[in-house]
This record gives sequence, C-alpha cells and structure tokens, in this order.
Amino acid sequence: MKISFTVNGAAQSVDVAEQMPLLWILRDRLGLTGTKYGCGIAQCGACTVHMDGQAVRACQVQAQELEGAEVLTIEGLGQPEALHAVQEAWVELQVAQCGYCQSGQIMQAAALLELTPDPTDDEIDAAMSGNLCRCGTYPRIRAAVHAAAQKLES
Amino acid sequence: MSRLTRLTRRAFILGSVTVTGGVAFGVYMLNRSPENPLTEDLGPGDVSFNPWIRIADGRITLIAPHTDLGQGIRHMQAALIAEELDVDLDQPELVIETGPPAAAYANRALAEEGLPFMPQDLGPVAEISRDVAGRLMGALGLQGTGGSSSVPDSYEKLRQAGAMARETLKLAAARAHGLQPEELRTQRGAVLLPDGRALPYVDLAAPAAKLRPRHDVPLRDPAEWRILGKPMQRMDVLAKSTGTLRYGIDQSLRGMVHATVRLNPRPGGHLEGHDDSAALAVPGVSRVLPVTGGLAVIAQDTWTAFQGAEALECTWSPAPFPAEQAEHWDILHDALETPPEKIWRDEGDAASRATGWPMEYRAPYLAHAPLEPIGALIHVTEERCDIWVSHQFPGMAQQMVAEITGLPLEAVHLHNQYAGGSFGHRLEFENVTRAAEIGTALRGTPVKLTYSREEDMAHDFPRQIAMARAQGTILGGHVEALDLAIAAPSVTASQMSRIGLSVPGPDSQTVAGAWSMPYAIPALRVAGHRAPDLAPISSWRSVGASHAGFFAESALDEVIHEGHADPLEERLRLCNYAPARACLEAVGEMCSWGSPLPDGRGRGVAMVMSFGTPVAEVVEVEDTPAGLRMTNVWVAADVGRVLDPVNIENLIQGGVVFGLGHAINCQITYSDGMAEQTNYHAHAGLRLYQCPPIHVRVLETGPKVRGIGEPPVPPAAPALANAIFAATGKRLREMPFDKFVTFV
Repeated sequence: MKISFTVNGAAQSVDVAEQMPLLWILRDRLGLTGTKYGCGIAQCGACTVHMDGQAVRACQVQAQELEGAEVLTIEGLGQPEALHAVQEAWVELQVAQCGYCQSGQIMQAAALLELTPDPTDDEIDAAMSGNLCRCGTYPRIRAAVHAAAQKLES
Repeated sequence: MSRLTRLTRRAFILGSVTVTGGVAFGVYMLNRSPENPLTEDLGPGDVSFNPWIRIADGRITLIAPHTDLGQGIRHMQAALIAEELDVDLDQPELVIETGPPAAAYANRALAEEGLPFMPQDLGPVAEISRDVAGRLMGALGLQGTGGSSSVPDSYEKLRQAGAMARETLKLAAARAHGLQPEELRTQRGAVLLPDGRALPYVDLAAPAAKLRPRHDVPLRDPAEWRILGKPMQRMDVLAKSTGTLRYGIDQSLRGMVHATVRLNPRPGGHLEGHDDSAALAVPGVSRVLPVTGGLAVIAQDTWTAFQGAEALECTWSPAPFPAEQAEHWDILHDALETPPEKIWRDEGDAASRATGWPMEYRAPYLAHAPLEPIGALIHVTEERCDIWVSHQFPGMAQQMVAEITGLPLEAVHLHNQYAGGSFGHRLEFENVTRAAEIGTALRGTPVKLTYSREEDMAHDFPRQIAMARAQGTILGGHVEALDLAIAAPSVTASQMSRIGLSVPGPDSQTVAGAWSMPYAIPALRVAGHRAPDLAPISSWRSVGASHAGFFAESALDEVIHEGHADPLEERLRLCNYAPARACLEAVGEMCSWGSPLPDGRGRGVAMVMSFGTPVAEVVEVEDTPAGLRMTNVWVAADVGRVLDPVNIENLIQGGVVFGLGHAINCQITYSDGMAEQTNYHAHAGLRLYQCPPIHVRVLETGPKVRGIGEPPVPPAAPALANAIFAATGKRLREMPFDKFVTFV
C-alpha cells in the first residue's frame, strides 16, 4: 500500500506491505538508522519514536496506521550541532556505553518531559522502565532526565 | 588442516608450553616486532613510526585496534597515544581508526588469566611466566579483546608508541633547524621551536620518515599527564546521543540486499528437510539459500526477510546434547560425585576439617543478549571481500571469511565496528561465517545479514551452568575451614571446539574467582569437577567468576553467619591481600557498615577478585509487603590506576546492574533441546525501576593497572543473596532468585 506521512517534518511517501512496521520503514526504506531494532516485540524500547507527539514503539506501528501521521525520530529531535536539551544532558553526563539503546531512551525521556516537566524518581521509573539498557547505564539515565528537566525549565 | 586451525593449534600448544614453564620459541621470535601493517599504503612523504600512528595526507591517524563493545576502549586507546604524542583529541586533523586485523595488534595481556597463578602472587615464577606468556601472545599475533585486558595490554604499549613518534618528530624538526631535540617542545600536534614557531606534525612527516624511529623513550610521570587520569568526554558520546553513530547493523552499500537466517533451534543441530515455497511466496523475498545449520532468506528489506524466514517449513535434527534441562543438572550432580579434574587450592586439610553445614548452589545458563543483534554486512567479489562487523577476534574472523570465500587472506578486509553490546557474544563466529556463506553464494551483490532477536537468543552460546557443594567449620566464632567443590562443563573447551581445538588441561574458569580468593582460611580447599560438554557455551561477562564468585562468597557468608561473626569484619580478618582488603574497608566506610538500619532492611557484602581486580560490594535490600526492593549498592574496586574517572564509574555501575539483573530474573533453560527463553520478555535483566543508587569508589593501591569491564559483575549476586538473608533470614542458593522471592 501507498502511505504518506511526515518524518521529522519532511513529507514521505512509501509503497510497502500493510503490516510493515514503522521501524523497518524508517531503517530500510528511509535510511534513518538512528532508530534501533532490539526485540521486535515491544520489550526493549530501542525503537522508541514519537508519533503525533506520543512515544511509541516503532516495531509495533504498522504501515496501515501511518497515513497522515507525524513521526519524530532521534535524527529530528536534535542534531550534533543543535542538540535537544535531553541530548545535551545525555552528552554532559556521558550516559552512553555501547549506546545502542540510547536513541530510544532519549526519545522516551523527551516524551516524558513534554508531559511532566519536572518528574519525580517514581515518574521516571514509570516512564522509562520499558527501555532496556543491557550495559546498565540506569543511574546516569535517571540523573540525565533530571538534568534535562532543569535545562528545559531554565 | 585449515590455516586457522594451524594457527590456533600453534597458539594453544604455546599456551600450554607457557603453563609448564618451557619455551618453544627462540629469543629472536619472542622479541621481534611484527610487521607494521600501516607501512603498506604509505606514499612518499608519509610516515608511520609504529603500528599505531600514521601521518599522511595532512592527517594524523591513531589506530585503536581493541574492539569497542561499549566500554569506551576506542577512546581510551586514542587517549593513551595522545598523552605522549602531544596531540589533543579534538584536533581536526586527527583520525581514529580500528586499523586492519594484524599480528602487530596482538593482545599480550590476554593469556594472564589462564595461567595457574593467583593474581595476588607477584613472586618471580608467576611474574616470569606472565612475561613469557605475554611475549608468546605477541609472537602468535592473536589480536583479541576480552578478559578485561585491553587497558593492561595497552597501558604502556600505546604510551610508548606516542612517545616514540613524538621524539622522532622532534628529531626531524631539530635537524631541519639546526637545533638539539632538547631545545624543542611539543604541543597540540606541533613541535615548538625556541622562537615560538610551531611546526605541525603533518608537515614533519616527510623528514621524519627518513629517520630511524627513536626507541626507549622514557614515559612521563603520571603527575605530568594532561589527559589521562582526568574526566574526559568520550569521543563516541555525541554520536551515541544523537542516533548518528552507525553500528554494524546500520551500515549499507549501494545495491545491497537483506538477509536473515532460520537455523535449527537446537544449537549445533542441522537441517534435515525443508519446504521454502511459502517463504518464496512472500512478496519481496528473492531467494532461500542453504547455510550451515539451516537456511538464509534473501529479501528487499530486513522485515521481509524475517517474514520469509518465519514462513519456512523445516525439519530439524535433534540437539546434540541432552534435550531436557533436568538432565543437565543431573549430569552436574554426577560430576560432583566423581573425582575432581583439579584441586586448585588445598591448604590445611580442608577435606577432613570442613564438616558442617553442607550447602549446594546452582547457577543457570544465561544469554549474553547484547541489544544489537548479531549480523554482518558483506560484499564478496572475485577479487576481494569487505565485511563490516564488530568482532572481538577480528583476525580469526578474517581468516574464516578467507577460507569460506576462497580468497587470499590479504584480500579480505574486515572493518571492525562499534558494537551495540557484546558481553562475550562477539567472541563467537557464527554470524561471520554465515555472512561469508551468503556473501559467497551472492558473489558480486552486497548483503546485510541481520539475525532476529529470536535467532540471536536461540544461538547465543550462553554462560555455562554450574553447581557447587560446600562445607565449613567454625572455631571460636571464626571461619576455620571451607571446602568448595564446583562442577561445570568447560567453557574454554566448548569455545575452542568451535575453532577445531581440544583442551587437554584443566579449565581454570570452573573455579575462577574462587580458587584465588585472598582469604587466609586455616583449612581451604577449592576443587574443580569437569562435567561433560552439554549445550554449547561461551565466555559471558566475567566468565567463570560469574558462577564461582557467587558460590564462594555465598558459602563463606553462610559459614560466617554460623559462627555469629560479622560478615565484613570476618572477611577483613581473613583477607591477606592488601588491595582486596582496601576495597572491603572502603565499602564498609562508604555505607557506615554496622550502623542501625530501618526495619525490614538488610545488607550483604561480597568481594570477588577476577582478572586481577578486587571488587567489594555491599547491597542493601528492603523487605516490603509487595516484595524485595534493592535500596542501595556501595562498590569499591582497585584498578591500580584510574585513567578516566567518569567512564570507570559508569562501567562499574553497569557491571553491578548486569550482575544484579541476571541474578534476579535471568536463565536459559532447555526443553526438547531448545532454549525456552526466546526474547527479552523472558530474559530481561534489570530494568530502571529496579535499579538502586550505586555508590562507587575506585582505589589505586594495587601494584598493576587492571581492567574493569568484568570484575564488578561477580560480587553482585552473592552480595544480594547475602543481603536477602540479612533482611529475611532466607538463604538463596540458586539463581535466578525470582524463582524463590519477588522483587519490586
């Protein structure tokens, strides 16, 4: 099927199978590889993107749900020379080890801070526990979410 | 016999020779410098002083051959060179590359853990053996990343590489200006003349190339360091925070097709028959190819390849190992009844003196499950092969690709990638060999192989299962005797079998982290019982210490409690190795050990020394009505010398998370020869809401610089089990603990 939607503000049109997940449309059709494949069953959060302002697992969004949607990926959140506040905090606190989960962590954190500008530890736990980090950077993720909240406030 | 087998057989024989103290090679062979692979492509006016530094085309290239698995070693290798070379890592003319696989990049520190000497043994026999082992590794040219050895291997070697290049560049500048090198200084990639003029290194390449490189340049005192020992910003952190770092799975080539595999879910089994008509009917699937152990599906994108693989109808052979998990435990149980393979520690007749409190422990199979599934991008043509993959043994991977593609070794170009985690999985070769099979079948067309998470986990080569029995004796409230017998299949033998080698000697990994415990227990025995090979297994972050450390520190804790002694005070009383003692003291001070705790809370301590690095941990848990909650962890580790205080804290916290997470909720179990856990829903590890604050202190009292990638893992599980006992009175002797208690 042909679908038209926007990714990071740019109009996109693709012709794919109805069930093809957004994750693979982004990675293999649009070349946006910042969104990662980890599990394919919404257990790891590595493919988290924003769809119409909500954090979603791109492996669970099918092409047929995408018509007219506005998708934001890590590439659109900020760039190396123009970082989003969450990315600034991630860089300053040096959260990443292997880094493979961090696109998803950052997108999840950015969505959390949109809704809850100054989250408590419990609110961070509730929002971020679907994002696995096999390297175990959780202490830094928690600190970076707080640091990003402060940046966004000021 | 294949070239690879010849090479590794020679490696293994030499390794064995080292162990027995003989020397098979002449002195020349041990001392010669392997060829510098950077000299091959040098143009006129370019220079390479050694295998780690090249100045060409206006650029300074630093080679960082150890594989970055997330531990930050690519940055650290560059920092070690830069410290002495006097370049800054933000200089635009600086390029950092992994370099080609080469013997020059042999890991001289990799063999140390396999030697039969306790790390605290710094006597002449042990030290000479380590030196010989390092030289043999150098002579063999085995390039490898693992065993927490990258910093120990690189620490002097890379600083020397930088110093030698710096002094040679100074000499070139001195000659050109009629000065003495002593009159010159170096800074930010340039030689500074006494009059203040700066001569960029990139302009000195041509004259420096005519000089014989300076050797034996003394290294700077750490007090003079500009970069090392201070907080650094890892050079990969910006790319990893913006989605712009391209891992192996993200690479692409023009005209590339996508592939995945469907393999016998019983590891090591083969394909008996199949029907691929439904797979080929999936729109976008172009071909189905045979590969070792199953089939590959070629398609227009990864998802379509996955759909095709699911649609394959396959008949599989049975597993070449016991099909049911209970049989695996029975075999370990039987191994404990048979004489030990080796008694690794035997002091004070523990066999007859350790008579009380028989205890039995178990540690399950565990998947490595790095978040980036395994795969590779490969392009095979008639003349050459390029492969983009992250591998911990790039030279061996290159050789395997050469054998499968039929190309000469020098025509195979392995581009080692940043890994999306490994934890040991990228020591294995199956993704590389399957990619080579597929790439050869599609010769001329680039193909990217991506394993699905399910295939990755089914073929993960998990951590060994292990089982132990222990007995102890108390005298006057103190630990008098401890007898620990550990049974496991040999993880070393399983790994070696996949490169065509057998392991004749006892496997130190059965008892790693236990036999060398730095405790002066009057009667202490640690025996390793070798179980027959079961499911194929592989090195998992901290390897043998991940089970043996749990057994040893749990058993010791039980005996201490039986004597009503304080778990930390009694360990300190027994500890006879100063750096380990310093860690125990530090962690006690950090948590104010012994101070009153709120109701329902308990603390446990454990200290395990693996890869020479002692790490002590205190875990605190709270017994809540909903279940157990981990409330705090305190860690002290002694690495001899801290090179980056920020990164090391992150790695230690990560190691603790890794150890705790697998201890509470992970296991791989086999049924009908297949792993029952297929994805993260059944093998999650720790999630953020479960992660307590982890307080870290790093000590520098030890006599050598040590690695930190693995050593924080082993103490986590026993410290947690000991904390659970302190909080609840319940003693957990089998992982994962969530079989017995609930965690919140």
